[in-house]
Order: sequence, then structure tokens, then C-alpha cells
Amino acid sequence: MILKRLFQSTIGKKILMAFTGVLLFGFVIIHMLGNWQVFAGAEALNDYAQLIQSKAFVLWGFRLGLLAVVALHLWAAITLTIANRAAAPEKYAESKTLGTTWASRSMTLSGCIVLGFIIFHLLHFTVRTVPGTPEYFQQDLKGRHDVYAMVVHAFQNPWLVGIYVVGVGLLSLHLSHGLQSMFRSLGWSDKRYLPLQMNLARIFAGLIFVGMSGVPLAIFFQLKDF
Amino acid sequence: MNFKLKVWRQADHTSSGSFETYEANNVNANQSFMEVLDVVNDDLTKAGKEPIAFDHDCREGICGTCSCVINGEPHGPEDKVTSCQVYMRSFQDGETITVEPFRAKPFPILKDLVTDRSAFDKIIQAGGFISVNTGQAPDANALPIGRETAELAFDAAHCIGCGACVAACKNSSAMLFVSAKVTHLGLLPQGQPERNRRSLKMVEVMDAQGFGGCTNTGACEAVCPKGIPLEFISRLNRDYITASLMERPESE
Repeated sequence: MILKRLFQSTIGKKILMAFTGVLLFGFVIIHMLGNWQVFAGAEALNDYAQLIQSKAFVLWGFRLGLLAVVALHLWAAITLTIANRAAAPEKYAESKTLGTTWASRSMTLSGCIVLGFIIFHLLHFTVRTVPGTPEYFQQDLKGRHDVYAMVVHAFQNPWLVGIYVVGVGLLSLHLSHGLQSMFRSLGWSDKRYLPLQMNLARIFAGLIFVGMSGVPLAIFFQLKDF
Repeated sequence: MNFKLKVWRQADHTSSGSFETYEANNVNANQSFMEVLDVVNDDLTKAGKEPIAFDHDCREGICGTCSCVINGEPHGPEDKVTSCQVYMRSFQDGETITVEPFRAKPFPILKDLVTDRSAFDKIIQAGGFISVNTGQAPDANALPIGRETAELAFDAAHCIGCGACVAACKNSSAMLFVSAKVTHLGLLPQGQPERNRRSLKMVEVMDAQGFGGCTNTGACEAVCPKGIPLEFISRLNRDYITASLMERPESE
């Protein structure tokens, strides 16, 4: 019964959204911490990359798990959005924002762009099939895949830097609402906690934007000797 | 004061509507918005035209009958009041005021500004009640209820079921309404026997009536004439999760 309610009711789907959202947020944090290895130099980043890739079943288990989480998040988002649009088919001639934020009203838009960005990012750095990028199959002196050279090379290109900064920018915007909405969807919010939750959401969204876009920007502007 | 009223006119549920503009001249700043509609309707009637149909009843801001979206805001520009408590001093002289019905799939337009909000009644029928013994009303304070709890339940009980939350929501979600009822009854001892079933059934009917889901934007809270807070939605979610976990297979 609980499963039926989870997958059928609007509240159940929002719980799924919130729960999968938390997992994805956790992944983004880990991803960001991993990215920062680039500041520690080629040795650290390539070591880290090799560690991640060393056990195929762990890697693929993690990837498939992540894919399932994304799929659930997407499924809930799509079915809810269709129902929500159907519930409000007619727009007002005059409309006001009524105390809402742009981020909260545009979760579908920001979500779609972030999805597009993630697909691009996977094609770019994981599948390495983005046209116009050079041969990335180089290895470093220890015979490891040279992630460091790949990343540093990619972010010499202002277009790629632009795509990544905009992509993580929209991800942050998505999270600035998603993170606080998550608390409420899971029923863990009242007026004592709400201001704290809203601030936490904004702080983490800001942190992710700075922490994620910092890598391409630092490389592009040569803030360090890459 | 002089105004132009741009009003949504629609003959019935099946026909398509459009805006008509009417003049309201020599209006007293302390006239209520609905009194101005009355005056405009008088003129229309005298001219042999169909008056504007709009919902109203108590005109004291307590019954929840009046609706209208005035200049893009359900219940108009003033904070925490219903449409009937909006006075012309809230507008600029010479302004064109746009008046629309609540727009939501579960609230079909019956005529002009009148919508059918019986979907709310269906939700109430599903669980917005308590079982009580017949006989005399119990003595005050016979059931001990803490002041904080009583106040919070009373805050929720302020909901007059007008539907402004649905009208303001980009998803036409009825979550603020349902959460107010579930909070109101769920906090008090009298509401405990049906507590779990209440949230499950009310949400079930809410979904079946075609209301959208909550995306926590907060538009509902901003327009609610009774100041029902968004935190009640979180409380509803909490009750719903608990009820789902405790639910037994269909046998009751």
C-alpha cells in the first residue's frame, strides 16, 4: 500500500522527488570535492580518477544506481508536471509573482537544462565524443588516463567554460529551491526550521556554484599554474 | 474616483469568454470593490444588459464565498482579506482594474466570475469531519488541550475554503486547503480516531478531483485571506507519510 501511494499520489511522488533529490545532491557534493583534486595537481587528480575506475563492478554499480535515481527523479518530475499543467490549463490575463521566487517557478525549465548539461558533460568527459575536442586518450607517465591534461585542455576553450558555468549555475538555481522544498515534501519543516532550511539551501546552492564553476574559471583565467 | 473595470464575461461553462471594459465613475474611495460591481451591475441592468455574475455572500470576509482575481491577485491587492473586504482606496484613481475568475481545472467557470468550487466539498466529505457522540455539547475544558495546540489548531481552523490558494497556485494545487483541514482536526483529541484515514482519503480525493501537486512556491500562503501558513503543508506531508506507513490492507 505504501508503495502504491508513493508512486500514485501527488504527495507520494513529491516524496520520491525529495528523496532522490537528496541522493543526487549528495552525489553533487562528492563530485565537487573530487573536482577540487585538480587544484592539487596532475598526480592527485589522476590518482583519484584511477581509484574511482579501479573496480569495474563498484564503478558500474554506482553508475547504474545513480542512473536509477535520476530516472526516478525524472519520472516523478515528468508525471507531476503533466498533472500540474493539466490542473491549470488557463493562464491569467494579468499575473503576479505572489511572493514566489523565479527559481521555484522554473524548476521544470532549470531541470531540463541541467539534464541537457549532464548529457553533454557525460559525452564530453566520460564518453569523450563531443565533436571538436582533441584526442583525450592520452596517458600520463605512469600509464594512467590523464584526466588532468584532459580537463585543463578542455577549459582553455571559452565556449566550454561558458557551457559549464551556465550548466552549474542552473544546477545551483535548481538546488536553491529543491533543497528547501525537499524538507517540506518530507514533512520536516515548520516555522522554527523554515528560515534555517531556506538559508541552508541558499548557502549550499551558492557553495556548489562557486565550487563547481571555480574549476573551469580558474583554469581558463590561469589563477594557478595549471 | 474613476475607474475602468476590465471584467471577464463568459455566458456559461461551455462557451468561451472574453474581457469587457466598463466605466465606474464618481466612486467613493471607501466603497468596497463589490459595491462598485453592484453599481456597475445596476447600470447594466438599466441599460437592458446582462449584469456581471460574481460570487458573494456575507460581505464580512468570513464566509469564503467571494472569489475573483483582481489585478492578478486572488482576493485583490490587500493583505489577508477576501475580495469583499477590498476597498477602492487600495487602487489608483483612473486605474484600469482587471477582474478575472479563479482559473483552475477543478473549479469550472459557471458564469462570468462565478466558479464551481464543489471539488472542495468532495474533499471535505472524504475526511474533513470527526465522529462525535450525540447529546449535549461537552463542558468547556472537559477535554484538556494545551494552549499552544489549541492556538495552532485554531490558526488552521481559520481556513474558510475560498479556494484562493488553488487560484494562486501555478499547479492549481489544493494542498494548503487540505493541510489546513488536516492540521485543524489532527491536532485536537476529537480528530484522532480518523486521523490516519483522513489524510489518506482527503489526498486521494484531492488528486482525483484534478488538483495539481505542491511545488512549495508559496503563492498560496501569500494570497490566503486567513493567513494559513505554508508549514501546514509540511505537516500534511508528515501525516500522510505516517498514515501510509501505518495503513492496513483494505478491510475496514
